[in-house]
Amino acid sequence: MIKEFLDMGGYGAYIWPSYGVTAVVMIVMLVTSLRGLRENEVTLQSLEVSTKDKPE
Amino acid sequence: MLHRFANPTRFLRIASVVQPWMAWATVLLGGAGLYLGLFNSPADYQQGNSVRIMYVHVPAAWMAMFCYSSMAIAAAVGLIWKHPLADVAAKATAPIGACFTFLALFTGSLWGKPMWGTWWVWDARLTSMLVLLFLYLGYIALVNAFDDPTRGTRASSILVLVGFINVPIIKFSVDWWNTLHQPASVIKMGGPSIDASMLWPLLLMAVAFTTYYLWVLLIRIRTEIIANKIRIARLKQVHG
Repeated sequence: MIKEFLDMGGYGAYIWPSYGVTAVVMIVMLVTSLRGLRENEVTLQSLEVSTKDKPE
Repeated sequence: MLHRFANPTRFLRIASVVQPWMAWATVLLGGAGLYLGLFNSPADYQQGNSVRIMYVHVPAAWMAMFCYSSMAIAAAVGLIWKHPLADVAAKATAPIGACFTFLALFTGSLWGKPMWGTWWVWDARLTSMLVLLFLYLGYIALVNAFDDPTRGTRASSILVLVGFINVPIIKFSVDWWNTLHQPASVIKMGGPSIDASMLWPLLLMAVAFTTYYLWVLLIRIRTEIIANKIRIARLKQVHG
């Protein structure tokens, strides 16, 4: 039953890589974007703290 | 109206509200689309189960063109009205559009092998899609190549606008030239010619890809706005 589903009438070798690579690319794009945002937020915060520490 | 949303501070506030909605919409619509596409839609009478590649291939190809068109509009707005947020939106879209273009080419190749007997042909549709990928990559390289961000933005915006000629070529390539690629069966005169059982998963996936794009776009625009603030803060530090 599961084997039949995975086989997809002989087209499994083409269908699953299509879905797999699509999922991987979209997840990697999302994760790197989120990580970039977090890194920038941290950098900005530390910059704001260091400028505030300076005497006027 | 446009100016209200173009204010970066206001934009950041709106973005933080909209972003979780886009995330949920992507997960739910994508989940429903995957379920219908993989479990609850028929095999094609000519293509068998290989037709299921359509549910990722077609939305990716649509988004590849949609992202580029959005970039062209943003680039034009940035050039004409000097809108900083428009330039940021164009820059934030490019990597997402490049991913979609790559996916359309990759899944198309995996669909072409069993259906056409070849991974690749140099016909109009496939070649113009490859050109689109190079336009994205060229834009990304150019926009990041300048030390002064405003100069990079100007040059790359012009590249995007010149390259926009490729989008109608992609769309109509299947009508203008002989090709192995099948012609449009959804967006065409007289309405879609595919059955509802296949149209539904396709449309769900297309909407999920769109909300995914908006989700990642918001994240990347926020990142760019913060990067600008970092640049200004560093300049202030240097110049005291």
